[in-house]
Amino acid sequence: MDNQLISTTQAVDPVFIFIFGACLVMLLGITAAMILFVVRYRRSRSPEPTSDRDGSLWLEIVWTLLPTLLVLAMFYYGWSGYLTLRTVPKGALQTKAVARMWAWSFQYENGKTSDKLYVPVGKPVQVNLESKDVIHGFFVPAFRIKRDVVPGMKNHVWFVASRPGSYDIYCSQYCGTGHSAMIGKVEAVPEAQFTAWLNEAKEEKEGDEGMAHEVFEKFGCLGCHSTDGSQKVGPTFKGLYGSKVNVTRGGKKETVTADDGYLTESIKTPAAAIVEGFPPIMPAPEGITDAQVKAVVEFIKGLK
Amino acid sequence: MSSDATVTPVTGGFWEDTGKRGIASWIFSTDHKRIGLLYLYSVLGFFLVGVFLGVLIRLELMAPGPTIMTAKTYNAVFTVHGVVMIFLFIIPGIPASFGNLVMPIQIGARDVAFPRLNLLSWWLYAIGAVIVLTSLFTGGGAPDTGWTFYVPFSARTGTNVSLAVFGVFVLGFSSILTGVNFVTTIHRLRAEGMNWGRLPLFVWSLYATAWVQILATPIVAITLLMVIAERTLGVGLFDPSRGGDPVMYQHLFWIYSHPAVYIMILPAMGVISEVIPVFSRKPIFGYKMIAVSSVAIAAAGSVVWGHHMFTSGMSDTAVMVFSFLTFVVAIPSAIKVFNWVSTLYRGSISLEAPMLFALSFILLFSIGGLSGLILGAAATDIHVHDTHFVVGHFHYVMFGGTGFAFFAAAHYWLPKFYGRRYKEKPAIVAWALMFVGFNVMYFTMQVLGMKGMPRRYFDYLPEFARLNFVATVGSWILVTGLIIMLVNLWRGLLKGEPFEGNPWGGASLEWITATPPPTENFEEDPVVTHGPYDFKRAGEP
Repeated sequence: MDNQLISTTQAVDPVFIFIFGACLVMLLGITAAMILFVVRYRRSRSPEPTSDRDGSLWLEIVWTLLPTLLVLAMFYYGWSGYLTLRTVPKGALQTKAVARMWAWSFQYENGKTSDKLYVPVGKPVQVNLESKDVIHGFFVPAFRIKRDVVPGMKNHVWFVASRPGSYDIYCSQYCGTGHSAMIGKVEAVPEAQFTAWLNEAKEEKEGDEGMAHEVFEKFGCLGCHSTDGSQKVGPTFKGLYGSKVNVTRGGKKETVTADDGYLTESIKTPAAAIVEGFPPIMPAPEGITDAQVKAVVEFIKGLK
Repeated sequence: MSSDATVTPVTGGFWEDTGKRGIASWIFSTDHKRIGLLYLYSVLGFFLVGVFLGVLIRLELMAPGPTIMTAKTYNAVFTVHGVVMIFLFIIPGIPASFGNLVMPIQIGARDVAFPRLNLLSWWLYAIGAVIVLTSLFTGGGAPDTGWTFYVPFSARTGTNVSLAVFGVFVLGFSSILTGVNFVTTIHRLRAEGMNWGRLPLFVWSLYATAWVQILATPIVAITLLMVIAERTLGVGLFDPSRGGDPVMYQHLFWIYSHPAVYIMILPAMGVISEVIPVFSRKPIFGYKMIAVSSVAIAAAGSVVWGHHMFTSGMSDTAVMVFSFLTFVVAIPSAIKVFNWVSTLYRGSISLEAPMLFALSFILLFSIGGLSGLILGAAATDIHVHDTHFVVGHFHYVMFGGTGFAFFAAAHYWLPKFYGRRYKEKPAIVAWALMFVGFNVMYFTMQVLGMKGMPRRYFDYLPEFARLNFVATVGSWILVTGLIIMLVNLWRGLLKGEPFEGNPWGGASLEWITATPPPTENFEEDPVVTHGPYDFKRAGEP
């Protein structure tokens, strides 16, 4: 790692320590004075007030000026730390995070896509943020970074992972039913490993299953639909094919069999028939091909 | 004969002297005290609704995964908790209830300047509240946007956002009219001798608040209409694909909603400035500084809204300016705290219920305010923004601050208006439970936020489980205390010991009139001869 490079965590943590420290001193001071006065001047011990002093110009000046200086220091310190967060080091690796309800996907300059953000340890990474629907928030607590992902707006963050490891990405801006399930990962790996991963030829899984996984990655389907029977925001894929499903279509309730036709319709126009007990919130996957839809249907068939 | 069998209701004063009884004598009354009590019971009712929803939120978060409800229900629950608590409880809370009850008496007036407008304000409040409640059970169901109604989510969701937002729009008029009424009253109806330097600090705080209500509320009203236009007409004001801007919504929303924080906290600070000197038997320290700082907070607080948006993508210059201004607003708040604590010095302090609530206000407000410094500094805000740290922070200020001040006011002033008092011991037990439960719950939330748990989370990773459980236990302690307090107040005010005269030795005008006060407050208009904290002359006008 470049020794001159200050990580976002290193820029922010001293500011936390400074402000928390100053706050703790103030809080202890105020509390101690209150307790001391209440004990010392309680009515049983001090039946009459021993002073009727109602102000002091000097005290007012002192306790106006001192907090002013203190908060100015906090402002300055906070601002300079913030500048580090906003100043992307030269030569940072360029990546893009695409947010949609409710999944993250990541893209690299060579066109590689991934559902995890792989990064090389010790190298600065710039993440350009793009939203496909509503406002999301890209938040990695371990790096102290956060930025809203606003549709139609160019936002970015940067960070450097000092140690290899796996770090959580949360969505910090409330975005609906699946908000808290919108968790991604930063995978920090040694640079050589990263380069190999970035340049490896696309792992072509055979046939439909490979294509289905490509679709899942691109549209974030598995953010809401599980493949193991557990309940998420949408119905699970497991055991779905051939089952009887209660849906509401055009305001009327009906029971249908989940066959090829039904599944194809539900993927291409999700709003047409809404499964009972689930919210009508799935966006239609823009630009999905018939071959891709077929691949997903075949994949679901396989999950008995 | 048993005294329990024939419980005499409250008697005397404004309760009886008009000779009118029944519901119509309340909901069509123009007496500021009756309107104040109408508000008090309305806001208390909604407070309890909000508390119930808050308890549900904590129960859901007690353990990871779905606990008692679905994600969709949870989102509606925290949205309605926020809308009810902010718009139906805490904004009208102290100013409309205790402000109406006490302020005209404190300045020696017979009523507010526009009594019928005052009644209209309550009706608008009631109508707005009914509209908000209707929105929960009609159309697409309770809104699930969070109380901030951020676009584009609020423009897309199928829930009944339009009606809820319209209800809030109507509530805004109630708030504006109360503001106009109070400003006029304080300017025009002060008794002879009640000059600006003799105004009780509660009145000063209401005066500053009223200006914020008048100036800031119209902006949120327009913004909410824009959301409705966006939803029903698809205008595209906030839609980037049609030339709109979602961040613009956030500016418009917070231009009101940050000053609204001061609508919530300033009157609370006013209550504390009344209670502390009375129970210390010592003039308030730094009267002028406290009065001026209320106005300074109202003014400077109007230009700090951008600190809600440091991560939104607005320019770095804007972040710098708003961060700087936010720190400026911290100074008058600190001045108030120092003056309150200095008032205790060499006093004669009596730790009765109102005083306990007031002293704990200072502590809880200080924790809330100091954690606000973390949020004001740009670098640290980025990490804790939109996490449970923020949830803890604003509950310290709004609940630990305004909520506890509301309870202090209830214990301090309600006996005056009922002529009966609550029992002291249960009040102290209730206070202690609430104080402990409060800190267990909200301090834990701040720790969770530091560890990175975002807010508005239905589910969370296992590493947050233990602290969330602790916070939920805190909520049970808090609610236990709250129930004891309310039952004690209720029983005491209806059938407790008689409350007469001026047992605490207050020197402001409400303590020289009869208990309960007559309809026009004083037998004859008082001529004021001393300040509100001149306790040696308590009992004289």
